[in-house]
Amino acid sequence: MIYLTLAIEFFKIGLFSIGGGMATLPFLMDLTTRYDWYTASVLANMVAISESTPGPVGINMATYAGYNAAGVPGAIVATLSLTAPALIIIVIIARFLENFSENPTVKAVFYGIRPTVAALIGYAVWELLKIALISTAGGTTRIDYTSLLICLGAFGLLQVKQLKKLHPLVWIAAGAVIGIVFRM
Amino acid sequence: MNIRKLGELYVSFFKIGGLTFGGGLAMLPMLQREIVTDRKWCTEEEILDMYAIGQCTPGIIAVNTATYVGYKQAGFVGGIFATLGVVSPSIIIICLVASILKSFINMPAVVHALAGIRVVVCALMLNTVFTMAKKGIVDKLGGVLFAGGFILACFTPVPTAMIIVLAGVIGVCAKKFGGRKDA
Repeated sequence: MIYLTLAIEFFKIGLFSIGGGMATLPFLMDLTTRYDWYTASVLANMVAISESTPGPVGINMATYAGYNAAGVPGAIVATLSLTAPALIIIVIIARFLENFSENPTVKAVFYGIRPTVAALIGYAVWELLKIALISTAGGTTRIDYTSLLICLGAFGLLQVKQLKKLHPLVWIAAGAVIGIVFRM
Repeated sequence: MNIRKLGELYVSFFKIGGLTFGGGLAMLPMLQREIVTDRKWCTEEEILDMYAIGQCTPGIIAVNTATYVGYKQAGFVGGIFATLGVVSPSIIIICLVASILKSFINMPAVVHALAGIRVVVCALMLNTVFTMAKKGIVDKLGGVLFAGGFILACFTPVPTAMIIVLAGVIGVCAKKFGGRKDA
């Protein structure tokens, strides 16, 4: 029963993705190895579309993943399951815990988790990079140097203060134009 | 149960979900306007506290904030209505985009555009990782956790959730037994 599987998987993601929407990415990457709902390369498109449409990125990505797995009902099941743990936890916090984020144990837990979440997202990006930069055209596997240069160029530009604030949508639109111009 | 209040919660958070791109911090201005200035459901300070809590609780920050405001206004059911409001636009928009994209996915121009987008998204995400690492790695142990997390995720089948739990346990142990000051 695909809906039950979706519900369990996304409840788990909701429970363990800490620190905002992008924290769901390593989990979504993990799903590609266990189910045939979408491939890692489709996941890259999902990230781009989720970044450039309204709504929280984490919710958009979950909706998209659910849609790819089982259509509109799948999208609804995945999204609601993702939000369920947060709903329960926040109600408990709102009710019982004063100054939750000042609690020393909570602080200690997040002192450990924060760098690890960065590393896990780093792993997911590494997987996406492999897909974006390695070309398998003509049966040979080689690095696509055009893509590599564009990626490094974009990363470099992102370090420029004035450009940093540009909306992701602008970058994504530029990527689309570059892709069409260079026939990537 | 105050039906009108539940309706208002749904509509307000529907607006917030539908009009913000990116989520997280990008949502702050909309939240302030709708929830603090217009509806007066909570104060500026409460919103900022909620962001702090959102950083260190599971889940999407937008959803956490919606749940919190909804709960404060109309109890558990209020939390559910606010949360449904904030996720509804995503469900509608993403399902539309996904179904439209399906019919164009094989057009050469779309294939090229998506290939270009993928590369740029990688650069954007790489940038996110660097920013998060800079903020998250405050000392040597942070560096070790970052390296360890990356290696575990890349080269071992240890589940992602397990790595996060492990990191939390290590954080607590380090503070308890390592005599580290509060970060």
